[in-house]
Amino acid sequence: MNIFKELYLYRTMIASLVRKDLKGRYKGSVLGFLWTFINPLLQLGVYTLVFQMLLKNPMENYYMHLFVALVPWIFFSSALTTGSKAVLGQANMVKKIYFPREVMPISYATSSFVNMLLSFVIIFAVLIISPIKIHPLLLLWLPYIMIFQYFLVVGVTMITSSVTVYLRDLEHIMSVLTQAWMYASPVVYPIDYIPERYRNIYLLNPMSPIILAYRDVLYFGKCPETKIIILIAAESTVVLIAGFLIFHKLKKHFAEEL
Amino acid sequence: MAVIEVRDVKKHFKVYFDKGHTFKEKILFRNRNRYEERAVLNGISFSVEKGEAIGLVGHNGCGKSTLLKLMTKIIYPDSGSIKIQGRISSLLELGAGFHPDMTGRENIYTNASIFGLTKKEIESRIDEIIEFSELEQFIDNPVRTYSSGMYTRLAFSVAINVDADVLLIDEILAVGDAAFQAKCFEKLLDIKSRGTTIVIVSHSLAQVEKICERSIWIDGGKIRMEGAPNEVHPEYLEYMGMKRRAINHSAAQNNTAGNGGDKSEEQPKEFIAEITKAELTGENGNDSGKFRTGEKVSLKIHYKADPSKLNGVLIGLMFYRNDKLQCYGTNTQRERLTNFTLKDEGTITCDIDRLNLVAGSYWIDIAIRDNDMFAYDYKTAAVRFTVYNSVAEVGVAKLDHKWNFD
Repeated sequence: MNIFKELYLYRTMIASLVRKDLKGRYKGSVLGFLWTFINPLLQLGVYTLVFQMLLKNPMENYYMHLFVALVPWIFFSSALTTGSKAVLGQANMVKKIYFPREVMPISYATSSFVNMLLSFVIIFAVLIISPIKIHPLLLLWLPYIMIFQYFLVVGVTMITSSVTVYLRDLEHIMSVLTQAWMYASPVVYPIDYIPERYRNIYLLNPMSPIILAYRDVLYFGKCPETKIIILIAAESTVVLIAGFLIFHKLKKHFAEEL
Repeated sequence: MAVIEVRDVKKHFKVYFDKGHTFKEKILFRNRNRYEERAVLNGISFSVEKGEAIGLVGHNGCGKSTLLKLMTKIIYPDSGSIKIQGRISSLLELGAGFHPDMTGRENIYTNASIFGLTKKEIESRIDEIIEFSELEQFIDNPVRTYSSGMYTRLAFSVAINVDADVLLIDEILAVGDAAFQAKCFEKLLDIKSRGTTIVIVSHSLAQVEKICERSIWIDGGKIRMEGAPNEVHPEYLEYMGMKRRAINHSAAQNNTAGNGGDKSEEQPKEFIAEITKAELTGENGNDSGKFRTGEKVSLKIHYKADPSKLNGVLIGLMFYRNDKLQCYGTNTQRERLTNFTLKDEGTITCDIDRLNLVAGSYWIDIAIRDNDMFAYDYKTAAVRFTVYNSVAEVGVAKLDHKWNFD
């Protein structure tokens, strides 16, 4: 495949776009880069307040059950919301110069990925404080889960960013869809809430096995089931390939549509 | 080996009357999505060899810039194919991706990475880039503090130092001051001599003539003529001159129609200046059309003109050998002779002290043009003559010389 060779050639461009994005993300705000850490903590506060205090969730250490899912979820949802503007936001460059267009969604997903890795620092900090035990050997699963989640996010960003060029509504549809998608994934509740007979359909949501795996490793302290491990790889790869194909088809008219 | 292969490329643009981008607009207001298909390129084919430089010329809107955009792969053709081998650097839009808050040095990295250079490659070039831009003192200041001239100088320096295999240029040699322009020009010639293939879109025919071996004249989305610049450009200029005269003429007609119409003023072609006769005479009134190498000759150009309609004037000469080889060309603008004008009728004389052409048959093209190089009149082979010599020299020009055997 020619495109991968070309993307490899343009690796410096990807790196420099990622750097620019990370630097520019909180530019002008007083707390600056600290927001990378504060943001998930605040969200954690809100959800914990609602589900544990108001709705009287009886689960032990619910905040941790939530937090290990919330951080990966924020990473994924960025692909749906701001990620849909990955191409639109670079309209000037797209109209004026050539570079492999895939660079845009890839560098966007990569900078979100780096952001998630930084948030994991907070996860570990909270884990150490909490009564939950960390199992060092199980942590070896994290790179596996993270890499496939990265593939998934690249794929989804490719779809959202390319379709948005032709249909600007998608930007707004996405904010609603993101919320619905979150409740269709085991972020705020455990998978036990889903009736057995719907489980297989439920697991077709590529975020479901990923979140379950994160939770097994970090919260329950057990190895993810083989089925989950396979599903993670399979679903993410399918989405990634679909993303590349859709993007490839749509990119040809970017310069004319923007 | 063809580096660029353009085969039967067609491109249409959809020109929307009022384009809807949202669901609501797309569904409810179907009418808004009405568009007109406008053909911009209508089947263009050509190929460019490695190390060759070609110029794309044509009037505004003829499709030459679209062609260049297709070649850079910013847009894609509707049908046909474009194959380019090697790394492409395009000087279409200088400084794309520059970030005003980042320093010149940081922007070199970002901008060069957009051309597909790796960090290592950029590091090996950065000194050269900075030196070429002449911005050593300012390179660590944010780009927003730069003047627009400094900005483009930096951008040009990056683009030209990419070491591309193919360089695509759209009207860029208007960068910075005259000295910097000259430097860019030198650099381009240098790059070309190292085997880089160059495609230039320019309105400056002089630039194209200096760099390119071949010109492609595009008109109405098709190739109208292709060949050596000195063959294509006179035709192009003549055509443009006629076209403009036609426009002027129809405008003039509309005016007279408005005034009740004075038919007697109507002419098939608007007359501004015309070469009525040209003659070349040698020593002692020799008007035989045969001259000795080194003979003193004088070219007389008789003309008629309407001084009130002149928009500046220059006289151009081009000497050709009968195999179309350009022997010598000049014009009054190049020689900075601007303090003359034309009368209603008169004669311009050009004295040539020594006709240093070797034996052969020649002709002279003569043009009277305005300041924008539009030809009022262009006479191909206005004068034909032969040169003889008792010495059997070869080549084109006789270089005055003396032998010395010590």
